[in-house]
Amino acid sequence: MKLRNLLILLVILLATYGTLISVAELPPYGMPDNPVHNQVSERYINRALDDTGALNMVTSIVLDYRAYDTMFETVVLFTATLAVVITLKLSNKGVSNK
Amino acid sequence: MKDFILKRVASIILPFVFIYGIYVILHGHVSAGGSFAGGIIVGLSFIAFSTIYGIDKGRAKLPEKVLIFTESYGTLWYGIMGMVGIFKGVPFLTNKLAGIDLGVPGALSSAGLISLIGLGVGIRVASTMVTLFFIMVEDE
Repeated sequence: MKLRNLLILLVILLATYGTLISVAELPPYGMPDNPVHNQVSERYINRALDDTGALNMVTSIVLDYRAYDTMFETVVLFTATLAVVITLKLSNKGVSNK
Repeated sequence: MKDFILKRVASIILPFVFIYGIYVILHGHVSAGGSFAGGIIVGLSFIAFSTIYGIDKGRAKLPEKVLIFTESYGTLWYGIMGMVGIFKGVPFLTNKLAGIDLGVPGALSSAGLISLIGLGVGIRVASTMVTLFFIMVEDE
């Protein structure tokens, strides 16, 4: 048991070391020349009104540029409801039948 | 619950909460908010009503048939709106490419399909909240 704990500690230390090494390589937060600020966000900011006609840029991204994503978000909602209905309603019936 | 003050206050406030939710859904593309936030507000008005007035009265306001209908056809409505693009000969779920008139920015009827899609998403979110609430309350 003691050896197992030591092994777990070793694995955790190695994982922490790897994470910290990779975090240290990240570009500084909020700098304008970071790779995150590429032409995609530029396109959204400059052309959202022309492309979609919506004043609210969040809506124009969620429901137009990323409409496919939002569609399956609603499918996720449907699946979650279905899972809850099946779990709670059907398990109740099973208990009463027994 | 038999709290007199709570019931009177709720009877004054909740209609406005409901109307405000509809407003947020419909104006998702011209002002702050959106269909997800508006759907939560609409669902909240029904959840608060059922909490204050009792679950039976809440059920009477929103029967299971209506909930099943909105649960099932909300996502299908989204898909139908996406098919508009396919019938026009352009990719799925396109708005400007499908040749829909975008209208004047800022008007309620602007932005083509976005407001219609948002209406479906808002109804979908509201019915999900209410359905989960009803099921979990009745389970106890």
